[in-house]
Amino acid sequence: MNQNVVLNVENIDKIYPGTKALDQVSYQVEKGKVNVLIGENGAGKSTLMKIIAGIEQPSSGKMFMDGKEVFFKDTTEAREHGIGIIHQELSLFPNLNVYQNIFMGRECTQGAKLNNKKHVELTDKVLAKLEHPIDAETLVGDLRVGQQQMIEIARNFIQDDLKILIMDEPTSSLSQQEVEVLFRLMREFTQHGISIVYISHRLEEIMKIGDNVTILRDGKYVARAEVSDIDVPWIVQQMVGEGKSYPKKNRNVNWKEKETVLEVKDLTLPKSGGGYLLDHVSFHLKKGEVLGIYGLMGAGRTEVFECLMGLRPEHTGEVLLNGQPVEVKNISEQIDRGFALIPEDRQREGLVQTLNIGKNISLSSLKKYCRFGFLNGKKENASIDKQIKDIMIKVADKKLPILSLSGGNQQKVVIGKGILTNPEILLLDEPSRGIDIGAKTEVFDIIHQYAERGLSLIVISSELKEIVAIADRVIVLSNGINTGEFEQDEISEDVLVLSSYKGHHGHETKKENS
Amino acid sequence: MEKSKRVNNNEIIMTLLKGRTLIILAILVILFSVITKNFFTINTGLTVAKHVALYGIMGIGMTYVLITGGIDLSVGAVAGLAGMVAGGLINEGLVLPMFGVSLYFSAPMVFLITALVGIAFGWLNGAIITKLNVVPFIATLGTMNIARGLSNLRSGGATFSNIVGKEALGNMGFDALGKNLFGIPVGVVLLVVIAIIAGIILKYTSFGWHILAIGGNERAAKLSGIKVNRDKTLVYMFSGLCSSIVGMIAAAQLVASHPATGEGWEMNAISAAVLGGTSMAGGIGTAGGTIIGAFIIGVINDGMTMYGVSEFWQKVIKGIVVILAVVIDQFQRNLQAKMALQARNENK
Repeated sequence: MNQNVVLNVENIDKIYPGTKALDQVSYQVEKGKVNVLIGENGAGKSTLMKIIAGIEQPSSGKMFMDGKEVFFKDTTEAREHGIGIIHQELSLFPNLNVYQNIFMGRECTQGAKLNNKKHVELTDKVLAKLEHPIDAETLVGDLRVGQQQMIEIARNFIQDDLKILIMDEPTSSLSQQEVEVLFRLMREFTQHGISIVYISHRLEEIMKIGDNVTILRDGKYVARAEVSDIDVPWIVQQMVGEGKSYPKKNRNVNWKEKETVLEVKDLTLPKSGGGYLLDHVSFHLKKGEVLGIYGLMGAGRTEVFECLMGLRPEHTGEVLLNGQPVEVKNISEQIDRGFALIPEDRQREGLVQTLNIGKNISLSSLKKYCRFGFLNGKKENASIDKQIKDIMIKVADKKLPILSLSGGNQQKVVIGKGILTNPEILLLDEPSRGIDIGAKTEVFDIIHQYAERGLSLIVISSELKEIVAIADRVIVLSNGINTGEFEQDEISEDVLVLSSYKGHHGHETKKENS
Repeated sequence: MEKSKRVNNNEIIMTLLKGRTLIILAILVILFSVITKNFFTINTGLTVAKHVALYGIMGIGMTYVLITGGIDLSVGAVAGLAGMVAGGLINEGLVLPMFGVSLYFSAPMVFLITALVGIAFGWLNGAIITKLNVVPFIATLGTMNIARGLSNLRSGGATFSNIVGKEALGNMGFDALGKNLFGIPVGVVLLVVIAIIAGIILKYTSFGWHILAIGGNERAAKLSGIKVNRDKTLVYMFSGLCSSIVGMIAAAQLVASHPATGEGWEMNAISAAVLGGTSMAGGIGTAGGTIIGAFIIGVINDGMTMYGVSEFWQKVIKGIVVILAVVIDQFQRNLQAKMALQARNENK
């Protein structure tokens, strides 16, 4: 057996009622390395990590640490063995402050009294190390999501005897700079002999930070390789089982001849406590065009959509729809005008979990199937069926609960809901977040298909490869400022990244662009 | 093979769970029929139904509110106020001191005015909750006290008795609400009518689906273009209307209105809704379920009284029944989620 293996998992099965989440999976965590674990959604990554962290117990199979068999009946036992986990979803207490969050469950005490002085001191120290000095007394609920993620990470870093740190998509809500800091820290950790298990959907990241890669598919072990020996296409191939990548489309359209559907001038949104979330942002959208908006977290991308949908009545600026100025007041008016929004957070903002699949699709357009307030079930069902077919949602029965669908199909339901309102302009906020590569490709196909039919779309994405593949034109936002606009062949990953940092150099850039 | 067997088992359990309220009701009726003489008679049935009409109508209003994820604690007090308003209008009329006259209204007008008072209280609840952003529990706790205070102020704490009206004033007939129509109590007829309307709205209108969506995920509902604040306010207005109707029926049944009428009835309304499968978390509930829930409470109340169980023990038993109902409800939801996940995995 390899000397460097700190944790060895052998032939693990995990059976849930009616399904096998893990099927005879063996996995080794190497000491002082970044061990990457990847696979599509539902491949079993998170289940495997939960077993290692003691959140779930295997149905059969064994785990060894340093040659000795171990069994964790809960997270406390796993933690005693030096295993920490950073969850994909934040598990913080927004009602408590920074140091209370960091020391929750492992408080420093003097007798029965909490030693808050020590808490603050250690918190300042760990946050300084993470290069994120945040006042230890701040309420966590008041922090940006990226900062909250840092608190979550800090929570694990204060553990002294840490041997293995599991990170489940830690970068999904971090900005580029924050990711850099995190990566530097990860390297520092591995130098101290701590092993990191790293789960991510961002393949570029894996190539950058990973030492070795293990790939799961459908609950089974597929392959393991050293990162130095492989490339991204190889990983994708292993994950999906066949050669699949984002198809780049080539549309030969003379955009100058197309009419302008939407024009936005000097869109400005003040930030509470001074400054701007959006600072005189102007752009336009042609009929049948896919306009990409790229930018880092907090660059103001989602806020553009919120302004257009009437969720931010405090905005200023001009919005022209088909040349006519419109006053954006509230969301139902905007939907009637032909705007539709696919929100970023599918579970929180897109779906109603208590309603069935069909109702989730028709929810936004029920009025269309009503006479005197009464629903025409036949008409409604026909539309739902057509929409399900049109965007290829894999549904056994539309009366089933929404929970019975996979993430990708749930996302398609949200998209279907937007399209069913028969919009002129469709706004998609991170339409491929948290869904597997197969479903991503299908979502991009839907976007293309509808653009070809004359629907105008604006797509927000923080994945470079995606936005390069789907957008006809890209505008880049940085710190609320429009810092760049690129068409067709000009769109490349380098120029987008470059522009996405421009807004942070003060306000000189603003004048050039506004 | 083992798998398919388990799936079948789950489906059987599910069917039993879905029909559980009816099953429990049937068991209770049989139980009391066996242990109590004269329980299983038409007379007892009508008495039980008369009581059930009160919890039932109030419970249906409550069901709507609970579906949106809110709660309405003011229902009992609004019912009490409605009784006082109606009783006062019939016995004393609308006193206009500046003109030195009292205006008397016909019974249907009294009914309408009182219903409007209930709706107004509902609107007040809705406005406090949606415009002033006060959580429903506190908002309706406040209006509960306001309504109770007003009903005492109306008569200085006294009872309006013998509210039948006078022929000379042309305001006879209000007490018909407490009588029978073709042998069936009017309250029960109203319960059935309201339940049918509420059921149809919930299932076959866009408004119904909109309030189900609001309770299921308010943010998603808002982003889907649903007018969340308006719909919520309408729901509280409906609850207020139901409460005022209950207050009038109760007053008519007793031919008197007392300012303390309806104290604690909000708990019966909540219990009826929850027993009938309404989720306190919002998004789930039916009018039919609430009626069955109301019947369970009614049968337990009257059955135990007839059997001679003390009122104190009745409370203990009712408390246990409600908690059990919620526990079973959660069990059902977990099973449902499990079956949905199962279906998802089989689709793969």
